[in-house]
Amino acid sequence: MQTEKVEDILGVAAAWRAEGETVALATVVETWGSSPRPAGSRLAVTASGRIAGSVSGGCIEGAVADAAQATMKTGAPQLLDFGISDERAWEVGLACGGKLKVFVEKLG
Amino acid sequence: MTPDTLARLEAARAAKRPVALLTRLTDGAQLLHPGDDVPAPLAEAADAALAADAARGVEHDGATWFVHPHNPPLRLIVVGAVHIAQALVPMAAAIGYAVTVVDPRRAFATEERLGDSVAISTDWPDEAMAALAPDARTAVVTLTHDPKLDDPALEVALRSRAFYVGSLGSRRTHAKRLARLAEAGLTEAELARIHAPVGLDIGAVTAAEIAVSILAQIVAVRRGAGKVAS
Repeated sequence: MQTEKVEDILGVAAAWRAEGETVALATVVETWGSSPRPAGSRLAVTASGRIAGSVSGGCIEGAVADAAQATMKTGAPQLLDFGISDERAWEVGLACGGKLKVFVEKLG
Repeated sequence: MTPDTLARLEAARAAKRPVALLTRLTDGAQLLHPGDDVPAPLAEAADAALAADAARGVEHDGATWFVHPHNPPLRLIVVGAVHIAQALVPMAAAIGYAVTVVDPRRAFATEERLGDSVAISTDWPDEAMAALAPDARTAVVTLTHDPKLDDPALEVALRSRAFYVGSLGSRRTHAKRLARLAEAGLTEAELARIHAPVGLDIGAVTAAEIAVSILAQIVAVRRGAGKVAS
């Protein structure tokens, strides 16, 4: 159902994994300022390049997806820190001026 | 996330059991509550996160844990499988509500009219509502403006913890309804919980527009928005 595809990212990720995909899950775990997505928002990424959900208004999804690929290879989780004082965030452009932390883990 | 944690988390969600996923952000260690042997301060934080339906970070034993509640979907109970219900049901499903329509009139309460995304009860509203047991994550809307059907449903809804109770009908209809329900023993405080005329005042005319105004009001109440039309 469409709603589930938009909101239930864990369900989408679990379904992808059941199809045999390698899947990583990124979750917003802390926000400050004007971050567009609340803590608990999720992005699912497969090694094959499928993406569902969001952890920002689109500013950092690319960087998170890259980090997810690394986590899928090594199996090691990562805690990513994005903010305006962070060089990396300047690169990927957190235009909203918010700050957030994203936890990235391999699923299963 | 280990396959075991994922399987247990998905099983709880499928069974519509509230569950919190706790993650130690330093190393990714994870626990489920209820289910795992969770230290008391973290269990308390998990219960609080589930009650507030909001994720949060908690310091415990020198590490930050992320506490992520997974509650079952919010529920919407619609009394009356009428024209507005036909518009309301798919819209409510689209914003994530699990919808049940109650109407003992079997000619109305059909899957053909309401679609297959909804549960249908053809029991009398008092019995149906007692069985559905509205809780703090449930909204109830009556749409029949037939006292025989709306009133028994409202009596149950107003004495429950339902976070929203709305009732279709003009101001005149509603005034009569309040008199009947007071006669039936509902308190002034209970009666004051009814949102009527139902929905935000957006000048809705069509069934679909009325459905939008009702859903907008339910969302506003749920999210604690300041300006909520009564």
